[in-house]
Amino acid sequence: MKYLGLIWHSVWRKKIRTSLTILSVFVAFLLFALLSAVGFAFRGGEDVADAERLIVLEKVSIINPLPSSYQARIQAVPGVEAVTHANWFGGYYQEPRNSQFAQFPVRPYEYFTLYPELQMPEEQLRAWANNREGAVVGSQMAEALGWEVGDRIPITATIFPKTDGSMTWEFDIEGIFASDDPRGVTNFMLFDYEYFDEARAHSRGQVGWYILRVEDGADPVAIANAIDRQFENSPAETDTSTEAAFAASFAAQFGNIALIVSLILGAVFFTLLLVSGNTMSQSVRERISELAVLKTVGFEDSTVLGIVLSESVLIMLLGGLLGLGTGWLLIQSGGLLPGLYLPASTILLALAFMIGAGVLAGLFPALKAMRLSIIDALAVRA
Amino acid sequence: MTAIATLRGVSKTYQKGKERVDVLHELDLDIPEGDFIAVMGPSGSGKTTLLNLLGGLDKPTVGTVTVGGAELSSMSNNQLSRWRSNNVGFIFQFYNLLPVLTAQKNVELPLLLTNFGGAERAKRAQIALDIVGLADRATHHPRELSGGQEQRVAIARAIVSDPTLLLCDEPTGDLDRDTADEILKLLQTLNREHGKTIVMVTHDAQAAEYANRTLHCDKGTLETREAA
Ligand SMILES: Nc1ncnc2c1ncn2[C@@H]1O[C@H](COP(=O)(O)OP(=O)(O)OP(=O)(O)O)[C@@H](O)[C@H]1O
Ligand SMILES: [Mg+2]
Repeated sequence: MKYLGLIWHSVWRKKIRTSLTILSVFVAFLLFALLSAVGFAFRGGEDVADAERLIVLEKVSIINPLPSSYQARIQAVPGVEAVTHANWFGGYYQEPRNSQFAQFPVRPYEYFTLYPELQMPEEQLRAWANNREGAVVGSQMAEALGWEVGDRIPITATIFPKTDGSMTWEFDIEGIFASDDPRGVTNFMLFDYEYFDEARAHSRGQVGWYILRVEDGADPVAIANAIDRQFENSPAETDTSTEAAFAASFAAQFGNIALIVSLILGAVFFTLLLVSGNTMSQSVRERISELAVLKTVGFEDSTVLGIVLSESVLIMLLGGLLGLGTGWLLIQSGGLLPGLYLPASTILLALAFMIGAGVLAGLFPALKAMRLSIIDALAVRA
Repeated sequence: MTAIATLRGVSKTYQKGKERVDVLHELDLDIPEGDFIAVMGPSGSGKTTLLNLLGGLDKPTVGTVTVGGAELSSMSNNQLSRWRSNNVGFIFQFYNLLPVLTAQKNVELPLLLTNFGGAERAKRAQIALDIVGLADRATHHPRELSGGQEQRVAIARAIVSDPTLLLCDEPTGDLDRDTADEILKLLQTLNREHGKTIVMVTHDAQAAEYANRTLHCDKGTLETREAA
């Protein structure tokens, strides 16, 4: 592109003005990257949710336990393919603030069958199942706490003391699992329910909730109703819903945040267009005679249009790529919030915005430059 | 002598609101190849308009303008752009250099429209700067140059694509006597040694002395007077 030098130097005609414009583009795209990643995280639970996976909770409150005897009865409901259960352990590693990394007592093989999106080497799963005091950790959690396979780590319980009265549970890390979906959350730890149930001082035989998968083609809603009917009028009634519905009701609480995020971004981009549009029209107005000279020496009207538009797009790309890059680094470092992720589709969208906003901001100044009459423009100074 | 430029029955009328301004009136003119012509006349007499017609920046209301065999009056705007880049160089009173570019990059501008690569463009710009005596100022920006030097860069830009015709509108109007004389000598050299045909508008009778002939422009007509 032989005009690049000319375009580059023209962009930097007024260095401070251009720097300020680029700064505002930078801020806009930094916000775009961060807010998109946050919005994406809110919607993420809903998107990864598996419509064929149902969750069975105690009807009155999610914190009330269910008897472990329900497992066989749920399994017996027609259309249920597999079922397992989990508990909320509520411990922490070293400091209470680490309790964001949850721990769940589960049944190793059953749990990984129900969650095929969790990826872990087969031999690690076997090693875990064979070690009563074994545990496996999600990659996000292992990374955050610096854990590796082979480590023995103590977890301080807050709800479940051991039979000897101790609050410290020690586990051997036997495996690290990841999610095949980049948005999948893996900031939790799993250990063996059998060991948990034998070693805990109270509440034996109680599980937190059941997770089940329906057979291919079965109607999840009908099955959920059949399960709940079975436990009607018992001391522990159930409430069964699809994981997707569960995640959606959870995400709905953030619905307004998503709207606010869109409104903020809309306002930011509107301001951005005004700022850079103003920069471009000033820049064209200042060099009417220079543009006329380009035409005099033989630049066609369309070439002049292209040059001014390219200047505008270049300003957007300079600020935008810097902003997007900075946002990406912040997100990758996990310094803001662990588990945030900037998908490729958002990056492509941002690039399209940069070019689109550049063209939009430069359009009217560029048309003005294109339509400029040489004779009138040169007569201005004479 | 063959004519490089021919005007036949050229009239130019501007519409200023409701008022019609007859700037040029049924003009016939032949400009011989290799000539150096000064155009003088009172302000508003149509000198710049005449240059614009010769350079393909404007079209006559009536009549034909033929330059180097090309009939400008019937060409489209894009055709005129392409024609200008190959056949004519412009020099203005206020130089009109791009302040953001170095002298050499300013001179290279018309070459961006050619197929020359970067190295070839730089080489040709260097030669043009050498001809105007500014080879050592190639990397300077216009603000670092004197008025006379800026005008030399503008002349280098006008000759870099080797056009046959140079059109100058008061090229020394903004310069002091000595600097003006240097610029005029340079134009004379371009005319005599490089074979450029030059049409130069000027208000300065001393400047007109450098030309071979002087045309007097008044009330839309031209009158020729040979140089002494
Ligand atoms: N674009 C235009 N629209 C209307 N009138 C114009 C236009 N350009 C020139 N004129 C008129 O045409 C006449 C001749 O203008 P021109 O610029 O050719 O004069 P000039 O001889 O070059 O004058 P000067 O010595 O002041 O440069 C003037 O009366 C001017 O007002
Ligand atoms: Mg004039």
